Amino acid sequence: MESAEPSGCRPQEEEEEEEEEEEGEEEDGALPAPEQPSAAMEDCLAKKMEITVSEAEKRTGRNAMNIQETYTAYLIETRWVMRAQSQAYMDVHSKQIFPPSTPKNNQSSKEQILVNESQEDLSKVLQRRAVESQSEGQCTPVESLWRRYSEFELLRNYLSVTYPHIVVPPLPEKRADFVWHKLSADNMDPDFVERRRIGLENFLLRVASHPVLCQDKIFYAFLMQEGGWKEMVNETGFQLKADSRLKALNATFRVKNPDKRFTELKHYSDELQSVISHLLRVRARVADRLYGVYKVHGNYGRVFSEWSAIEKEMGDGLQSAGHHMDVYAASIDDILEEEEHYADQLKEYLFYAEALRAVCRKHELMQYDLEMAAQDLTSKKQQCEELATGTVRTFSLKGMTSKLFGQETPEQREAKIKVLEEQIQEGEEQLKSKNLEGRDFVKSAWADIERFKEQKNHDLKEALISYAVMQISMCKKGIQVWTNAKECFSKM
Amino acid sequence: METESRVPGLALPAGGEGPGADSCHAAGALGTAQGPLLAAAEVLALDDEEDDLEVFSKDTSLTEVNSFSPSVPISPSSMINQYKFEDGPELRDLFITVDDPESHITAIETFITYRVVTKTTRGEFDSSEYEVRRRYQDFIWLKSKLEEAHPTLIIPPLPEKFIIRGMVERFSDEFIETRRKALHKFLNRIADHPTLTFNEDFKIFLTAQAWELSSHKKQGPGLLSRMGQTVRAVASSVRGAVKNRPEMFTEMNNYLETFSQKINLLDKIAHRIYKEERDYFTEMKEYGPIHTLWSASEEDVGDCLKGLAGCIERCCRATERRMAGLAEHLLPILHEYVLYSEILMGVLKRRDQIQGELDSKVDALANKKPEKDLFSEEIGKLEDKVERANNALKADWDRWKQNMQWDMRSTFMNVAENNLHYYEECLATWESFLASQTVDLHVDEDSEDRP
Repeated sequence: MESAEPSGCRPQEEEEEEEEEEEGEEEDGALPAPEQPSAAMEDCLAKKMEITVSEAEKRTGRNAMNIQETYTAYLIETRWVMRAQSQAYMDVHSKQIFPPSTPKNNQSSKEQILVNESQEDLSKVLQRRAVESQSEGQCTPVESLWRRYSEFELLRNYLSVTYPHIVVPPLPEKRADFVWHKLSADNMDPDFVERRRIGLENFLLRVASHPVLCQDKIFYAFLMQEGGWKEMVNETGFQLKADSRLKALNATFRVKNPDKRFTELKHYSDELQSVISHLLRVRARVADRLYGVYKVHGNYGRVFSEWSAIEKEMGDGLQSAGHHMDVYAASIDDILEEEEHYADQLKEYLFYAEALRAVCRKHELMQYDLEMAAQDLTSKKQQCEELATGTVRTFSLKGMTSKLFGQETPEQREAKIKVLEEQIQEGEEQLKSKNLEGRDFVKSAWADIERFKEQKNHDLKEALISYAVMQISMCKKGIQVWTNAKECFSKM
Repeated sequence: METESRVPGLALPAGGEGPGADSCHAAGALGTAQGPLLAAAEVLALDDEEDDLEVFSKDTSLTEVNSFSPSVPISPSSMINQYKFEDGPELRDLFITVDDPESHITAIETFITYRVVTKTTRGEFDSSEYEVRRRYQDFIWLKSKLEEAHPTLIIPPLPEKFIIRGMVERFSDEFIETRRKALHKFLNRIADHPTLTFNEDFKIFLTAQAWELSSHKKQGPGLLSRMGQTVRAVASSVRGAVKNRPEMFTEMNNYLETFSQKINLLDKIAHRIYKEERDYFTEMKEYGPIHTLWSASEEDVGDCLKGLAGCIERCCRATERRMAGLAEHLLPILHEYVLYSEILMGVLKRRDQIQGELDSKVDALANKKPEKDLFSEEIGKLEDKVERANNALKADWDRWKQNMQWDMRSTFMNVAENNLHYYEECLATWESFLASQTVDLHVDEDSEDRP
């Protein structure tokens, strides 16, 4: 039924159409291509707010075990961007953007006032601000707060558990990986911190542009409320909802009938992870070698210069050629720094593979749960039937003991049957709801997966093209340097 | 039991190093100097070539006399580069090539001979064409004879017996080829030299058959007398010929010290660059295919990935060519000049010696006033000798410097060109890839009509 395509990410046509029809009625979230101007339903936060992670700062403090530690804190800056939107639009959507949440123990600040005010006042505040900024022609004020990496991790964990059907954007790596000799593997290294800062900003923007995730109030609070946020997250009790790894592993092995698309998706994500890791490893080695080639040319500069001192006619040519060799050797630093950004783009999708697998795992878990529940129901029904008819079709301890120690009294049997019938009733309802849950999950998960796929194709293509652009720029620089050098050599 | 078996080495025709070869190519003489197939590498386990055993070389029945073939098509610009400016090509009357290394195995030893082909219009030569086979020992002999005859002339360097710093193993194909090119250069430099080219031993080297050469070799002063000269040379130089050294030669010495240092450094740097480029090439070879592998699991991005893989592959090949260019031109030249700097040191020392002889004689007679007249003739002769030596050296030094300048200029320009070709090729590759991708993008945008 399902077509066996390599990526395995194409559902049947009919199914897709069905889903889309249903979707239109229910949620307004999972739609493709946020860039399309016609998608008026797209109300992601990223369009309304500028979010940046603008600074990183080393800090020391005492951790939970009262041990001194050094960590880096990141400054998140947000600024409302007022566009010429209709007030109605704002009225309609302000409810969704600023869900009523009144965190306790918060510190008073402008943002808190914003959050604490009632819905009516809220939209009025927005309108007022919009008018203000448009009339004054000034930017809205920048709000800011500091967060450390562990808080980002907490946010992501929360999102993964709360929205298991969503491919949740990954965080940049915790520790430097795929390093080549010039790069430091030290977490405190300023270049690493800088790249991580960019990665964290990217993460926030991804969440803010996700139609579903951007509406989450915990996320909003992460951006706007420095104090008490952790407590707020913990209060949601999301940790309890998290599935244990062991359970998930068990389900993966035992599930009998998962949706084929998810199985294929799992394979795809494994392949993606493996190939990108390999690519990044080799790229790091290539970068290392390239660095060597360029830097050794720098030695020419020094020696040419010293040699030129003893030459009369050749001196000038040598000296200036040497200068160009120095330029050549120095040029590799910028070139490879740019390439690191490319590597980071690929790395994001390396980590996305894990997010994809998480969604597949959730499906397997739900499916397994469903299968177990169905199995349990079937066996209960069987038991009931056996008790009612007195036939023993299956071996059971009860059956044996009753054979050995005598049959039960009819009253006992009646009681048992009644209990079983109740359980069966319950079981059937549960099964029905689980089935529904499962189908909903598959539907919404697959919608987000389609969204993700488009995003991935777009981003990867862009990254690959930017790689080509980088190579072109490197070649042009090389041509320039060697043309100059050749000119100098010709004057020797 | 072991008869001499002819196991030829590489089937290599004359390279394009020397000017002589090029003009012959210009004349359009193309043939093939193909030898039989190469045997196993262990055959080429050569012993030290110091022994005085007779050289057995096959009587090479001359095939095509005009058997030159370019191993690499020689571009017009590189041909021009290889002309020396000293004598214009029209003036040259002696063309020499060294090619066709062959391994000779005897019961006693194994060695390699090279074919030396000479073409000339000079009257002193009985014939206009000669083909002989020479082994490395013979070249050493020639060099020492030249040094003897012209102690203050700059005799071109010979390739070393073996290479310590290893980009090649001893007597591998690479080693033999490198040596062959250097020997070719050696003979051509001599041919270009206004004085050395008319040296009698040089002529015999080029023309004599094997047995003729060995009997001629035995005529000259033996090993012991040569050693004696060396000892005297060292002794006299110690005696402070330096104090009367004319300013000019002190300058030369100073120059040479720095030059020698720098050229050695450049040699090391060039080898290092070669190594880094080779390592880069090795990694790049693995880099491209990963993209192809990835493209297999992608639909949308698959073509882009394949295109990228293709680009990387092409750049890889371009890197290989760049490396080859380096090995072909820069490395041999720098190495030659490393050897030259040692030779020059030796030449300056010998000049000092000659002067030292004069000075010591003069000093000795300073105390014997009455006998001065008796030795005035001897002193006169020595003074003449010193003057001749000085003049010869000065002229040859100037010539050498000009040559060096020319060689360095052309070699480094060649390096720059090499790199330019590399970057231009890579640029073209990436630009065409980018163009193809942008076309695709536009096509995609046009067809975007989703509900």
